[in-house]
Amino acid sequence: MASEVLMPALSPTMTEGKIARWVKNVGEPVHAGDVLAEIETDKATMEVEAVDEGVLAKIVIPEGTDHVPINTPIAVIAENGEDVREAEAKRRPAPAQNKVPDAKAPEAKAPVPPDQEAEPTPPRPAIRDGAVAAPPRPPPAPAADPGEYTGKTVTQTVREALRDAIAEEMRRDNSVFLLGEEVAEYQGAYKVSQGLLQEFGPRRVIDTPITEQGFAGLGIGAAFAGLRPIVEFMTFNFAMQAMDQLINSAAKTRYMSGGQMAAPIVFRGPNGIASRVAAQHSQCYASWYAHVPGLKVVAPYTGADYKGLLKSAIRDPNPVIFLEHELVYGESFAVPEDPEFLVPIGKARIARPGDHVTITAFSRMVKLALQAAEELEKAGISAEVIDLRSLRPFDVEAVAESVKKTNRIVSVEEGWPFAAIGSEIAAIVMEECFDWLDAPLKRVAGKDVPLPYAANLERLAVPQVEDIVAAAREVAYR
Amino acid sequence: MAVARKPNRVKPADAQISAETLKRWYADMLLIRRFEERAGQMYGMGLIGGFCHLYIGQEAVVVGVQAALQEGDTIITSYRDHGHMLACGMDPKGVMSELTGRRCGYSHGKGGSMHMFSPEKNFFGGHGIVGAQVPIGTGLAFAHRYRDDGRISVTYLGDGAINQGQVYESFNMASLWKLPVVYVIENNRYGMGTSVSRASARTDLYHRGVAYGIPGEQVDGMDVVAVNEAALEAAEHARAGQGPIIVEMLTYRYRGHSMSDPAKYRTKDEVNRMRTEHDPIDHLRQRLLDEYSAREDELKQIEKRARDIVIEAAQFAQDCPEPDPSELWTDVLAEA
Ligand SMILES: Cc1ncc(C[n+]2csc(CCOP(=O)(O)OP(=O)(O)O)c2C)c(N)n1
Ligand SMILES: [Mg+2]
Repeated sequence: MASEVLMPALSPTMTEGKIARWVKNVGEPVHAGDVLAEIETDKATMEVEAVDEGVLAKIVIPEGTDHVPINTPIAVIAENGEDVREAEAKRRPAPAQNKVPDAKAPEAKAPVPPDQEAEPTPPRPAIRDGAVAAPPRPPPAPAADPGEYTGKTVTQTVREALRDAIAEEMRRDNSVFLLGEEVAEYQGAYKVSQGLLQEFGPRRVIDTPITEQGFAGLGIGAAFAGLRPIVEFMTFNFAMQAMDQLINSAAKTRYMSGGQMAAPIVFRGPNGIASRVAAQHSQCYASWYAHVPGLKVVAPYTGADYKGLLKSAIRDPNPVIFLEHELVYGESFAVPEDPEFLVPIGKARIARPGDHVTITAFSRMVKLALQAAEELEKAGISAEVIDLRSLRPFDVEAVAESVKKTNRIVSVEEGWPFAAIGSEIAAIVMEECFDWLDAPLKRVAGKDVPLPYAANLERLAVPQVEDIVAAAREVAYR
Repeated sequence: MAVARKPNRVKPADAQISAETLKRWYADMLLIRRFEERAGQMYGMGLIGGFCHLYIGQEAVVVGVQAALQEGDTIITSYRDHGHMLACGMDPKGVMSELTGRRCGYSHGKGGSMHMFSPEKNFFGGHGIVGAQVPIGTGLAFAHRYRDDGRISVTYLGDGAINQGQVYESFNMASLWKLPVVYVIENNRYGMGTSVSRASARTDLYHRGVAYGIPGEQVDGMDVVAVNEAALEAAEHARAGQGPIIVEMLTYRYRGHSMSDPAKYRTKDEVNRMRTEHDPIDHLRQRLLDEYSAREDELKQIEKRARDIVIEAAQFAQDCPEPDPSELWTDVLAEA
């Protein structure tokens, strides 16, 4: 029996790709493990290997074709001895749509042949990402920043904005360097440090062994000695290996030394959930770090904030925990080009003004909060979305001011609910504007369980737009 | 104390290994190879999500070591764990169903590729944090010593994991307390995109226990017979109460680190050379034909069986439903 080769998903977030090159020709024999084709994904060029043995009977999608959705049949392999043309003929009537083996897979869309001018296909939702509820939206208009930036902007992904922030600060200050696993030659596990090794060389862009406690401590030592390290954790899950150094050495030393010592250092990397990577690789550490005096903690959402806050963090004389989000790296925003554009640490941002209910969020949850606000608008509820951006110091005033206007508040976060950022906001609201409240605060948070792997359970565990909408309606009593 | 062995030094005949045994190992390695290829394919179809680290190329290590163990010995490894589970005798259907995130999986869909366990088969995971399994495996050995049950712990770790500090904390305790643990370093030359020489000050990793008085040796991990012989000796050492021992298996992974790794840090030539000249499965097959006058048709039979088991597991793993939503809340704590 002939078998079809389907367009494979080659990363947790890939939804479509380009057939860069067919390595095998029609009629050539194929063994399990042979490379059939090269495919360009959202992140890299990868090889597709055969699983079955036989003869390459047909190439369904020619090389050079872009935007081929995963699971589209791209070739046919006939069994040895099977008549190639016959196998091909048998296959031909089968429409691609009927061949999609998984109910969750996207409807196979006619791929765009090469060199044919066509509308660029918009990115599709990460289909296997249980956490992405709504279809993708065009990049939001640059939100009014308190910095009131009026200069030139460039449309960039968060990934690029981070890279530019690092590069600009490294150009500006020779004592800034980047240290972490796979940051140099591999160009970053999540491709954030792309090109930095090439520009700054191995003295300043340094690959480490897998020894988080060691290199975090080393970074702190270098900071004590007056350098300005940027330490990348491949993800913040692995920073737990280094927790003692972050808290006991980085956070406390200034105080313990009576102000003689300083650790101007940035610890950065993706925090929170990713896509189906299970409990040990999916956790929000925001409240852990926000608990600690002697640290600054930021968790931005927009590209401009990513860039402006990272630059502020690098220039800050204190240890800064810079929480990024893998699922936001690929999102595009208008980002200021001016290398002196900075976003102050400790200031929240009104991401969307409104009158009836305040919704606080940070990091990726801002996106969901904005989507919820749009839903609420349709129901006649005007929500004010506050992008907290900084968690320590916390912009108490911004939250209190908003609540005094709306009289209702919902806090949203990806992490666990107990002793969380939402708990802190509840306390702040009690202390600062209790008399203005018309309803008890409502918290939307990750479920109080380690993150499960199964797609259906993962979706249930992570806050969704509909959870935010429901909470807002509840506090608005409608 | 740390000794490097010459690669390929053991002839199965010298080691007096029967044709039956070799065929079983052949079948075991093939099962892992076919299983992993299928898992890779199912990942491509969106049936498996997240991280999925394939064991293709390294099969001889886990099959050779497992064959040296006794009932009740305990095993622990990292996230590159599918091969270890199959070698322990865990059900391919249960493993594949965990990969697809279904309720029939070993962790009922809650753990995924990196987190499976089987107390019944003495398999203790499936751990996602590089190096974290090493103290835990040392703790399994502690329990064996505590109970004086004559069992040993086999703790696998990678060439990247070997640089984690907790590995050396473990080495010290294991040696100090003469714990029955075999540390198997699977040196597949890369930790993600970093070659051993870019991550380790000394690249002969079997020396890493020297400061703690732990003997070590280096073995051709592409040769299942050599692996088995070294593992038998190491297990004997640990079981006899002489404390921990390190075996560094020189091996190779053919695929990327995980599914999304374009593997630009090594040449295609390098990979092809390993595949064509050092493949552990091809080698054993050739030996069976040349030195054991195995028949082509009986090997074909073994190959077909591996394929059938995997096809059945793959189907099973797609048919089994997702976990019930109520499962979200179970298993966080036990009833006290
Ligand atoms: C503490 C920690 N740091 C980083 C990672 C990310 N990571 C996962 S696997 C890996 C490479 C490990 O290499 P090695 O120990 O050689 O094992 P192999 O993958 O080759 O089997 C890295 C850096 C992690 N999971 N845990
Ligand atoms: Mg390795």
